[in-house]
Amino acid sequence: MILLGTKSLTKHFGNTHAVDHVDFTVTQGELLALIGSNGAGKTTLVNLISGLIRPDSGSIVFQEADVTAQSIHARIAVGIARSFQLVNLFDQLTAFDNVALSIFSRKGKSRQLFSLAERHEDVRDEATDVLRQFGLDAKAGMLAGGLAQGERKLLDIAVAYALRPKLLFLDEPTSGVSTREKAPIMDIITAVVRSGRITAVIIEHDMDVVFKYSDRIVVMHQGTILADGTPDAIRTNERVTTTLLGAPAPA
Amino acid sequence: MSPPPRSMRRMLVSAAPVAVFLLLVPYLADAFGAPYQTILLCYGLVMAIAALGFNLLLGYTGLLSFGHSAYFGMGAYAVAFLVKYLHITSMEIFLVGGVVATAIVSLAFGFICVRYTRIFFSILALALSQVLWSLIYKFFWVTGGSDGLRVPTPTLLGGLATVSRDKVTFLAHGYYYYVLVIFFVCVALMWVIVNSPFGKALQAIRDNETRAEFIGVQVRKYRLVAFLVSGVFTGLAGALWVPLNGLVTPDTLHWTFSGEIVFLTVLGGFRTFTGPIIGAVVFNYLKTYAVGYTVYWQLLLGAVLVTLVLSMPSGIVGTASQLFAKLRRPA
Repeated sequence: MILLGTKSLTKHFGNTHAVDHVDFTVTQGELLALIGSNGAGKTTLVNLISGLIRPDSGSIVFQEADVTAQSIHARIAVGIARSFQLVNLFDQLTAFDNVALSIFSRKGKSRQLFSLAERHEDVRDEATDVLRQFGLDAKAGMLAGGLAQGERKLLDIAVAYALRPKLLFLDEPTSGVSTREKAPIMDIITAVVRSGRITAVIIEHDMDVVFKYSDRIVVMHQGTILADGTPDAIRTNERVTTTLLGAPAPA
Repeated sequence: MSPPPRSMRRMLVSAAPVAVFLLLVPYLADAFGAPYQTILLCYGLVMAIAALGFNLLLGYTGLLSFGHSAYFGMGAYAVAFLVKYLHITSMEIFLVGGVVATAIVSLAFGFICVRYTRIFFSILALALSQVLWSLIYKFFWVTGGSDGLRVPTPTLLGGLATVSRDKVTFLAHGYYYYVLVIFFVCVALMWVIVNSPFGKALQAIRDNETRAEFIGVQVRKYRLVAFLVSGVFTGLAGALWVPLNGLVTPDTLHWTFSGEIVFLTVLGGFRTFTGPIIGAVVFNYLKTYAVGYTVYWQLLLGAVLVTLVLSMPSGIVGTASQLFAKLRRPA
């Protein structure tokens, strides 16, 4: 079942065709990898779908409803969430508060002025559970700004995950962390995403990560979709290997 | 009923000795033959209410307003208008009038200002406050112009407390306790607000506006509510200030008064809850004694304040907290 689809989605920045008439689909339950060289249009596509920027033309349909003109807030309400390429946290708040804020927002409680946040036991329990799933329970009381880079990456994703989205975009979840940390981080992410039955789209440059963890791969190049298929099909796709690696696939 | 949360217990325990001291101040001041000290502290408490409101925007939402004199002045002038045109003397009606008038103005100004951030927000807030100042200044047949409007000492609690002896005794006892109770209520209310889910959302906006949007916080709406609450606290302070002063002039709406609110908040420490309260009281004493000491009081006050801010960049409370943490740390 198609969860999200874009139709002829286009975004230009001056003369640059960042996203050029892209038809992109995400199927319910899959873990899809979006790859491509720098400037291919991956992040712009995610920015368009998540509502950070408006498209020049084209449409975005989520669960059979057109969300092209909807606000970020409305898209989150229907179940589209994202993390960021550069870690985007509330640095002066604790790791616990970072996650709790998402839960308050999802439950419609963040408008409450006259009740103490710590009195909401349901939020406290859920935030503790989310932090535990991401292996951050021991860091709950630390300020987000004081965490190590790998922990910050995980917390960034935990904040998005706590919204319990139907579709989660993870923009380069392992960028900026050491090679040794990448696999444990991806293991945690995939375990949490699969146990939560969340459909996820991962933008990633590390091909080992992409081929190991994804169900399907979409390759972007110069604002268009170059290829779309299973990891095995993409691995042997001559256009992909020539474009991305500059050499034909090995026989 | 469930027990109060740990943070609330901690706050109550640390605030109790201060509250007891504040309750005893009029008697201590009388014992030393200085009831004026109580009135001076009363001024400080009133400014502390304004600073609490102001800091909801600066410290918790990350918005620096250079126009908070507008709300303070609006609260004060609302009281003066009630006296002049409706001949009302009840303090309770003054407070309601001050709060309603300030709420209307802060909602209107906030609606415009919260569309912007950083310097654009600050300058817009300043410009709007100056518009209000010029209206009050120019419409002298309504507002008294630069002469201002006189406000007699009001009756408290529906007439239960009035000026029976001299005015100083009334202000240093009955009115002081009246202000003190409202101060306690305001502190408790603001403490709950900043520790509520809404308060946490404001801090999220302060830290990272874009991410706040992406967890579903409607940034502009939340800023508007914060602006409204901030304005109402400041307007309430203005309404409490007029009976103490006995006169309201356009000076309360001028940008220099906004500067004082900014300064006292920074002086106390805007990154802490109690910083603005301490800053307001200290600034009030500094200003009063500087004015009494020399005709060049602005120079003296400026020098003292620059020295304090340079030596304590995180404010009085922030610096004290750092020193306390250093002393507690094992060697």
